[in-house]
Amino acid sequence: MPRIRRELYTKDICACSIFGAMNRDGERFNGAGVMKAIANMHVRGNGLGGGFAAYGIYPEYEDYYAIHLMFTGKNQEDKLSAKRELDAFLCQHFDVVYDEEIPHEDETTVSDPPLVWRYFALPNKKGDDALLTDEDYIVSMVMRVNTRIENAYIFSSGKNMGCFKGVGYPEEIGEYFMLDRLYRAYTWTVHGRFPTNTQAWWGGAHPFSLLDTTIVHNGEISSYGTNRWYLEMYGYACTLQTDTEVIAYAADLLMRKQKLPIEIVAKILAPPIWNAIDRMNETEKKLLTTLRMVYGPLLMNGPFAIILGQTGKMIGLTDRIRLRPLTAATRGEMFYLSSEEASIRLISPQLDRVWTPNGGEPVVSELNSMRKVLQ
Amino acid sequence: MKSFVFPEFQIIRDEEKCGQCRGCERQCAFGTHTYDPVADRLVSDDYKCVGCQRCVVFCPKDAIVVRPSPSYYRPNASWSREKLEDLKKQAETGGVILTGSGNDKPFCIYWDHIVLNASQVTNPSIDPLREPMELRTFLGAKPDVMDITFKDHEVKINTKLSPNIMVETPILFSAMSYGAISYNAFRALAMAARKSGTFFNTGEGGLPREMREEFGKYAIAQVASGRYGIDAEYLNCAAAIEIKVGQGAKPGIGGHLPGEKVSATVARTRMIPQGTDAISPAPHHDIYSIEDLSMLITALKEATNYEKPISVKIAAVHNFAAIASGIVRAGADIIAIDGLRGGTGAAPKVIRDNVGIPIELAISSLDRRLRGEGIRNRCSIIAAGGIRCSADVIKAIALGADAVYIGSAALIAMGCTLCQKCYTDKCNWGICTQDPRLSGRLNTDIASQRLSNLIAAWSHEIAEMLGGMGINALESLRGNRDHLRGVGLHEWELDVLGIKGAGE
Repeated sequence: MPRIRRELYTKDICACSIFGAMNRDGERFNGAGVMKAIANMHVRGNGLGGGFAAYGIYPEYEDYYAIHLMFTGKNQEDKLSAKRELDAFLCQHFDVVYDEEIPHEDETTVSDPPLVWRYFALPNKKGDDALLTDEDYIVSMVMRVNTRIENAYIFSSGKNMGCFKGVGYPEEIGEYFMLDRLYRAYTWTVHGRFPTNTQAWWGGAHPFSLLDTTIVHNGEISSYGTNRWYLEMYGYACTLQTDTEVIAYAADLLMRKQKLPIEIVAKILAPPIWNAIDRMNETEKKLLTTLRMVYGPLLMNGPFAIILGQTGKMIGLTDRIRLRPLTAATRGEMFYLSSEEASIRLISPQLDRVWTPNGGEPVVSELNSMRKVLQ
Repeated sequence: MKSFVFPEFQIIRDEEKCGQCRGCERQCAFGTHTYDPVADRLVSDDYKCVGCQRCVVFCPKDAIVVRPSPSYYRPNASWSREKLEDLKKQAETGGVILTGSGNDKPFCIYWDHIVLNASQVTNPSIDPLREPMELRTFLGAKPDVMDITFKDHEVKINTKLSPNIMVETPILFSAMSYGAISYNAFRALAMAARKSGTFFNTGEGGLPREMREEFGKYAIAQVASGRYGIDAEYLNCAAAIEIKVGQGAKPGIGGHLPGEKVSATVARTRMIPQGTDAISPAPHHDIYSIEDLSMLITALKEATNYEKPISVKIAAVHNFAAIASGIVRAGADIIAIDGLRGGTGAAPKVIRDNVGIPIELAISSLDRRLRGEGIRNRCSIIAAGGIRCSADVIKAIALGADAVYIGSAALIAMGCTLCQKCYTDKCNWGICTQDPRLSGRLNTDIASQRLSNLIAAWSHEIAEMLGGMGINALESLRGNRDHLRGVGLHEWELDVLGIKGAGE
């Protein structure tokens, strides 16, 4: 057996602020409010990463996969050469209907920005790939680009949604991409980052996403090595040098591929303790025992609070012993999740209900109807 | 023929302390100590001493010291004392040198070159005295996908699950047969397994009938090449079944139970004549290939109505990872791998000391192999051979094992001092003997208490280390090499272990 070189990956460790806002009626709103809210948690980040996920922003291209890419490199030439390589790849594997540089402010306002581009495309499946579903095809292409094309990273690949992220405080990133002026979304999730041990790079900022699933995450996954090998068995390549992407991939595997509902997925990522399971009635006990037995390697251990976004859904979840903060609140059709209640109060002083979800219990907010989003 | 081998041990008796109680004389089955009634003193014959320290521990006056003999041959780096003496013994007897317990040669012990991680600041360490800390583990095949349907708030699991066995702590007692060890030792293991929420392994000597009902559900019933003691009831009373293909102490050869140890009850349990050597063949004579193994696995599953996981135990040898992958595909639910330092009741010394590979490297390469093939969750890995403490257990798990087997460690808990004379039937500690005078020395209740104390102590320590790493469920450490670093290892060793060097 040829010797396999041990991996010298670096695992990212960070503390963070997270915020999410959703209009359950599907009314779309601009990013100004969430930028204000996340700025209120400025001290939870250290300016080394901020990002946004926005749902419902591309109604004019709603049937196309919106692929956001960053091209990195020491100079403009490196970036353009990565783009040339990527363009050649995309031409072969996709039908691109429109592409453009993602509009942004003056580059001097941020540090070392990559070239950020978006493509609206449909899969062009050939050969064996024709057997794959569109979604599986997109996932495999994302994995291929991120592992094989140097200096090119796909960081967003869903329909009618997009991620915007970079190095800086989230409010700076929001301004750089002009999220308060150019986009209107029915769900926004935001992240402000405080990494402790990795060199900051634009791809390492949150959210992490695959298809339309996005994750913003506060915490550290101490089960990273275990989660990673399990996901790698199912073809997910962990390339972004951070522990958060395993949550995104786990959500994709369980929710999209294995079609498990969020209530079950939450019990896989943050299961009840055995003491509690042993006291449950027979049916519940059997279900939860089986879930832990089968999906033990996907238990997310260590402190975390996450906001998971999907088309029409926003979900908050903390680890099973709730080592990171998460507050949920509602006001009318608005639904909020935040590391701190103060940020919610800042943009919506009056709230109908505010609560702290229990550890391991998901808070799920769903669109009442897709009607307005599709209009 | 006059033997040219001089004593291994020197016995020093403090005549002032000695009360001539003759306790040492009674304790030593090897006849080392004798009473001289004329001189009213005890005389010791260094030649007979095996260094088991029984007389030292049981001397009421603390009058005896047994230490390695200070005599030596002219020092020679190539011809060590052991090499010289083994050669002399063979020149005197013309035989194979037998030995017991595990490889005692100074091969690299990788456990001692691996350090563990702990949380600082960014990830709170978890205090196991105040927070739940979960070591519960399931051994057996897991499906890739769970098919679950919801109907009227009722959740239904449609996937047919393979049988799994559950342990409360990832430590199982390794295969030690009734025959190799005494009835009392065997029963003590069974009682401790029941008390500690784990399993004992019957080894290849069957399970005495009167123990089946009481202890069957804590037993892993072994099926080895000699097929000793196997009947339908034996298979069906157990929690799991293990096909023993190889053993770390003696890969490539069969079992050896000298006729001295085949007492009437051992004979009845094994279904062989009393006093005959029980030499099980090197291969299973119905397994000459992987497809034959597959048939035996299926036959055992048929015999037990597909209700029990089937384990296959192999010795870690050069190309074992590829073989193990075949074994998983052949239908095994558990792979038990036994490393270079695994113990035995009797083995040719040359085999014990020279065949096989260290378990640490084996765990890592097997785990990686199965992951690479995408079949890691189709089986569990139990690692055996050279587990000495809770840190070894937790490192084994972080390298990719699901659980470990302990053999030597369990014997030591009961009193064994690794004197390596297990094949003589003269174990002074009453563990590895069928002589009723000796085996009666082992009190089953006390021995099982010592064993469950050991499991409890190690489990507490594992919980402490786990909590320190910020992990509160053992499954989150499995294969999580990120929590390990190597110290003083070569690049190739780090590659095989799949871990970074310290500071990397």
